[in-house]
Amino acid sequence: MNKMKLLAEWDYTPSAPRLGYTRETLYVGLGNRDGSYRFEKRPVTDDMIDKFIGGRGFGLKLLWDAVTPETKWNDPENEIVISGGPICGITQYPGAGKCYSVFLSPLTEQTYNSNAGGYFAPLLKFSGFDALELQGMAERDVVVFIDGDNGRVEILESNITDDKNAYTVTERLHEYFAADEKDKKNISVVSSGQAATHSLWGCMNFSFYDQRRKVARLKQAGRGGGGTVLRGKGALALVVKMSRVTGNSTGPADTDTLSRVGGKVHKEIRDFDDVQCKMRTIGTAHLNEIMNDYDLLPVNNYKFGRHDDIGRIHSEEYKKRFAQGMPDGCWYGCSLSCAKATPPFKLATGPWKGREVIVDGPEYETAAGLGSNVGIFDPEWTIEANFYADHYGIDTISLGTGIAFVCECYGLGLITRENTGGLELNFGNKIDIMELIHRIALGADEFSRIVALGTRRMKRLLAERYGADSKIMEDIAMEGQGLEASEYRCQESIAQWGGYFLTLKGPQHDEAWLIFMDMVNKQLPTFEDKAEALFYFPNFRLWFSLVGLCKLPWNDIEPEDNHAKYKGIEAAKVPEHVQNYVDIYNAVTGKNVVKEDLIAMSEKVYNFERIFNLRMGKGTRSNHNCPNRGLGPVFEDEWMARPDYFDGKLKEAGIKPEGLSVKEKIERLQTHRRAQWEQLVDKVYARRGWNRNGIPTLDTVRRLGIDYPDVVELLERNLKPEDEFQ
Amino acid sequence: MITVNGDRFEWKEGLTVQDILDAKNYTFRMISVWINGEAVQNRGDYASTLVPDKGEVEVIHMISGG
Repeated sequence: MNKMKLLAEWDYTPSAPRLGYTRETLYVGLGNRDGSYRFEKRPVTDDMIDKFIGGRGFGLKLLWDAVTPETKWNDPENEIVISGGPICGITQYPGAGKCYSVFLSPLTEQTYNSNAGGYFAPLLKFSGFDALELQGMAERDVVVFIDGDNGRVEILESNITDDKNAYTVTERLHEYFAADEKDKKNISVVSSGQAATHSLWGCMNFSFYDQRRKVARLKQAGRGGGGTVLRGKGALALVVKMSRVTGNSTGPADTDTLSRVGGKVHKEIRDFDDVQCKMRTIGTAHLNEIMNDYDLLPVNNYKFGRHDDIGRIHSEEYKKRFAQGMPDGCWYGCSLSCAKATPPFKLATGPWKGREVIVDGPEYETAAGLGSNVGIFDPEWTIEANFYADHYGIDTISLGTGIAFVCECYGLGLITRENTGGLELNFGNKIDIMELIHRIALGADEFSRIVALGTRRMKRLLAERYGADSKIMEDIAMEGQGLEASEYRCQESIAQWGGYFLTLKGPQHDEAWLIFMDMVNKQLPTFEDKAEALFYFPNFRLWFSLVGLCKLPWNDIEPEDNHAKYKGIEAAKVPEHVQNYVDIYNAVTGKNVVKEDLIAMSEKVYNFERIFNLRMGKGTRSNHNCPNRGLGPVFEDEWMARPDYFDGKLKEAGIKPEGLSVKEKIERLQTHRRAQWEQLVDKVYARRGWNRNGIPTLDTVRRLGIDYPDVVELLERNLKPEDEFQ
Repeated sequence: MITVNGDRFEWKEGLTVQDILDAKNYTFRMISVWINGEAVQNRGDYASTLVPDKGEVEVIHMISGG
């Protein structure tokens, strides 16, 4: 292997974490394509810890200080900030290796936060830093190497491979920086892939070394285009190395409590996972048939919620294809171990055709996005698409939803084979859709380059270049704020319209997943109830992103008696697990919070992020768009898939379906639901302490203690008397 | 007649919780079932738990996934 040329270096004295924090962050500046590099150790203040906690909160605070309202995603000033949070790195409780990446997104042109497992954030913390800020643009492709063992940061010329794709880069860098095979586990690499140099769907791949399989595994901070930002900076990869990892490396206040609380959950997982979510054997793909049963599986660009071929993508089909009996946690101590992987899988297409690879996943989102949503019910095809998407550095969710949109446009005749470079992009065309993925990675032709820019830009460019009908595309494109929706069909749950389209960053399911609670359980009958859920759950789930935890051990495993001990919405909160989180937070930090404090911590950051988006020219009501496909049927075949059900919905709205054509029924239902949407928006904004325009009020920021002078000045410029709720 | 999550549901002699789950295609495993305000304690008992006429049944699906 070539030796990489050292371009810049910096020595530092690592601070050991104490009570979850090192109280220092690392700034790495890559210059302005001028070969100048800068390193800096920056202090973490008490105010940062009090208001922003860590993880995503630190990311937002540091990014706020780094950019101006004029900064664009591809300006040198934009940063990628990676941070775990105070709990990140413990090994006693499952799911404690998560980190958040925060940046200005090329897709949404506002803040984005994207989480991933893998070892990077814990090893970064143990190397002495609560966060890494990466700013600037290198003059050439570089590797940033943080050597926590020796207190040194290096910028290296990345000449170890001509193949810029993730698996190659990751494997080479584990090999390059490890002293021997055993040492590879002490390294984590963040990379993207060749697609990220021209696609706005670029994902970030975070590695951990699988000692049993002897391969580097990849976990994705997939969404929002972080990989595009990374490659735009000229960073081929970020690498951290730290060999001293113990259960006490975070410097916790109370190890006994961590062990006791963690042991309780490990026992639940051991005893109940097989009869609950089967995360250890199938991972999140256990949802495939469940979503189908409840009409929630996206089929053919979300037109339908189920399909007769579901048996072919049933979770048992994936179980057969995943290696079993191997601990698959993506950080030490995660007994939920949902990071499934295939045995050696022979690729059938692309540059690695014929090669056998280990494929991480697919998880549910990928199984649905690069499966049912593009009309394909073939796990082998989906596994191959999953591999190449990760390798090329493309977010599988945006890729799936974006191609689903393309397929529908093609089927409707809005675009033709002449436009697509000869590809026949009907739903279910496995050969041509796979070819499109390879072309997107290469930027092979005009059409694939347009697709690679994401759905929002596609709508404009397909109209401009090929004359595609804009109105139809607006109706059917499942994007909000520029981000493609993740893989749940939300149209029959009013609360989930908000869970997707009243979010900070666009329709990603990590803010709130309320479909069962709303549509099936009917626990949210009023708009006030829905607004309350759209206050509580986004804030509760945000808390995981502040402290470095994975959400899955919260509610994909439950105490045996949770379902009978607690009733209604309280049961859905899994109260004993909430108490676990209070206990481990206190045990790490030495603080003494109670469960209500978790929401208070989150609410500060939730509102700060909303205000940050306002600062970037977004963050108002007009940016909370919801397409018609998100609210209900657009075309007659969608209605006719469930005619009695939709007729019933019209009757519930006081509209008699008799005598109406299907087209008229669709128009009436859409009109009714659009009015409901507006009602939902008002109720949610009011509950969140925002005005009618979706802007946090001065009372809200003062109550939360985030009334910094620049925040107040920004709000005073944007809050209008006519937008106040009476 | 009974109600299931507020919707009317035909009652018959010997109706069990499992019959309701099958009829409604409630296949999700992470559920809790309450009959007239009382929880069915054991998820393994659904096939043997009878539902009385005029009963109010709640089949609460936990939030999973997402």
